[in-house]
Amino acid sequence: MVENFEPERYELHAAPVYSFVPDRRDFLKLLGGGLVVLVALPGASAQESGGGRGRGAAGAPQDIGAWLHIAESGAVTVYTGKVEMGQNIRTSLTQAVAEELDVSLDRIALVMGDTMLTPYDIGTVGSMTTPQMAPQLHRAAAAAREMLLDLAAEKWNEAKPTLSVADGVVHNASGAKLSFGELTKGQKLTRTISADARVTPASEWKIAGHDLKKINARAIVTGQEKFVSDIRVPGMMYGRVVRPAAFQSALVSADMQPAREIPGVIAVRDGDFVGVACDDSSKLDRAAAAVQAEWKTIPQTNSRELFDYLESHATRAVQWQPVESGKSIEASYNIPYIAHTPLEPRAAVAQWEDGHLTVWTGTQRPFGVRTELAQAFGIAEDHVRVIASATGSGYGGKHTGECAVEAARLAKAAGKPVKLTWTREEEFTWAYFRPAGVIDVRSAAHDDGTITSWQFHNYNSGNAAIRSPYNIPNQIAEFHATDSPLRQGSYRSLAACANHFARESHMDELAHAIGMEPAAFRMKNANDPRLRAVIEASTERFRWGAAKTRPHQGFGMMAGFDKGGYISCCAEVTVADNKITVDRVVQSFECGAIVNPEQLRNLLTGSIIQGLGGALTEAIEFENGRILNPHLAQYRVPRFSDVPQIEVVMLDRRDLPSAGAGETPIVGVAPAIANAVFDATGKRIRSMPLKLS
Amino acid sequence: MDLDINGVRRSVQSDPERPLLYVLRDELDLTGTKYGCGEGQCGACTVLLDGTPARSCRTPLRSAQGKKITTIEGLEQNGRLHPVQEAFIEVDVMQCGYCNSGMIMSAAALLKRKPDPNESDIQSALQGNICRCGTYPRIVEAVRMAARMAKGAQHG
Repeated sequence: MVENFEPERYELHAAPVYSFVPDRRDFLKLLGGGLVVLVALPGASAQESGGGRGRGAAGAPQDIGAWLHIAESGAVTVYTGKVEMGQNIRTSLTQAVAEELDVSLDRIALVMGDTMLTPYDIGTVGSMTTPQMAPQLHRAAAAAREMLLDLAAEKWNEAKPTLSVADGVVHNASGAKLSFGELTKGQKLTRTISADARVTPASEWKIAGHDLKKINARAIVTGQEKFVSDIRVPGMMYGRVVRPAAFQSALVSADMQPAREIPGVIAVRDGDFVGVACDDSSKLDRAAAAVQAEWKTIPQTNSRELFDYLESHATRAVQWQPVESGKSIEASYNIPYIAHTPLEPRAAVAQWEDGHLTVWTGTQRPFGVRTELAQAFGIAEDHVRVIASATGSGYGGKHTGECAVEAARLAKAAGKPVKLTWTREEEFTWAYFRPAGVIDVRSAAHDDGTITSWQFHNYNSGNAAIRSPYNIPNQIAEFHATDSPLRQGSYRSLAACANHFARESHMDELAHAIGMEPAAFRMKNANDPRLRAVIEASTERFRWGAAKTRPHQGFGMMAGFDKGGYISCCAEVTVADNKITVDRVVQSFECGAIVNPEQLRNLLTGSIIQGLGGALTEAIEFENGRILNPHLAQYRVPRFSDVPQIEVVMLDRRDLPSAGAGETPIVGVAPAIANAVFDATGKRIRSMPLKLS
Repeated sequence: MDLDINGVRRSVQSDPERPLLYVLRDELDLTGTKYGCGEGQCGACTVLLDGTPARSCRTPLRSAQGKKITTIEGLEQNGRLHPVQEAFIEVDVMQCGYCNSGMIMSAAALLKRKPDPNESDIQSALQGNICRCGTYPRIVEAVRMAARMAKGAQHG
């Protein structure tokens, strides 16, 4: 149950089928002298052809997940295709290297998500960095340490077991020292290690598993950190795309001449793409408005009819099974489209040089964006370099490369680099949304709490965490593809949010139907000891079962599992005049061995707060191909005043492998609040965002 | 047009109606001040005008003229971070960090106006600043720490 992540239609993209590399260069030459450790991917061997994996740094072997270089200066550089989005993996991965190599943190640099310099990576998705990339870096660093010890043993002609490493220096028994720099000088050593090389067990961690503050914090608080939209290259122009008023529009005509007459402005029409680039950003509004474009669109559905639309456009009908015994109930739950609303909208800077394209952009999938660019311009992938720059986060919303492609198209026409920063309205309209969904559930239970039937049908929102983690032998959990009126894609935790909302709301309904206390009902059906442990931890801290202390008060709880993480959340609400106020949230979380407790605490708290938006206020409204609320004044995301008292309980299991924690902690609050509202009012809300009327 | 930015006089040629944000970022390369919405709703573009927080995306150049403009780049004095900056590092506030410039500017203005703010003062001063990563509790903690640090510096 833990090992296999459910494949998710909105997240996993197939790697490119072909990967031509006409001018193979020895990427190791780029690194200079010293020593290099390459880490083979799990299940890979040197003979394998790569099985469709994309190619990373030019000429680099395929089936390599990461590499680590110790230069002749002693500087340690790690190359990984993963990307920092605010989940603080730059910090946690540095800890992994420092742990094995015993070198100070400031000697370690990470090169991340640069398609020219780093190994291929499918994307920073699915909470896979911690369970997969961190162990690879542990192995690379452990192997480098062994190589350094071998070098020292040879140099001193002493037995390796008598030597030790501390703080970037190898020591022998008589007190002599050799720094990493002294050992690597004049060397050119390369070693490829297998995916199962031995590393320090979590129970013995000294640096990993402990608090470490964010590594680039000073640059951030002084405004020096360069996010994508801050990047400037010489001669750069500023771009703007001219958009139609509605989705599914075709360009009928476009008069580019008025825009072109403005000095310093270029205007591009290519198929249905229309855009301008200006030598001065103050001309953008005028230049875009000067383009006379006419579009033709078609009638489209709207958000009021969304849920009927989804059920009526399913590819096949649901087959309900008869319920044999027990008290039976059924209910339907709705989840709207929501927007990721990253604080930094999509942005890209594109530069062409001699047929080679370089694009800086904020993306979780730099190699995927490289493929998009190569295909859009009909050039080989090795002519495209994508550099995933620091970005004002993504939450699953920055997987695709449309902004990069648009910037590159403008730059190609301009013959100069172009920066394109989407406006907030564009980000709300032309990105993609968390899939809307309808989830129909039919269930039954005996009076003693035994669940006798569980049928769970999810239309459109996805299959992440679709199966119940409770002990239900013959459960049915099916995903049903439908036509989606809006463009949709991955969102933090994928469909685990929707599926937990429906499942844990329904568990509450079933508990009440048989007259059983909701937490006891879950414990009755939870066999997995890790699931039981999080339920016990959250309810104990919450003081679940305590009497109410004031009118309009309500308590609700949930539990769940996804992407290797176990979660249980309890919420306290006050409902007065149909207004829901969340007073307190207690959430427990267990993801194996904790890599950095303070960063985990930060992620857990942040996930709860972000989850409050989807739970209480966020929903995209649309009609006839137009987004009706594409502004922050109309689409409320959580602000300071929305934050309840939050307590997180982190269960550290040093005996278990670490799982990711960037996603699953968001799934708890919505069902916990819905259940608390029922407890306060007797009213069951089955739609997100939760509203009483 | 002459502007006083972080104590330095900067000359820019621009339409007086143009929002200050784009002049800072695109003309002067002061990119610490961020674009988040262009609608005065998210606070990422917050700067100080004569010590008062202002949304630079909604501030025409003409209304910034003649005022002391302070951006995040100008908060550090003689190599010493502002207490709010220091506290943001100490509390380890940030996830993506994109909101931090605006948050720090709003918080610095609050502390100047009210050196010992309570939680509700902090909340109302920062209500117009959005952090999508949800680090709000840490930001409140950092502002409180900064208040203590500033007080300590005064008495010590």
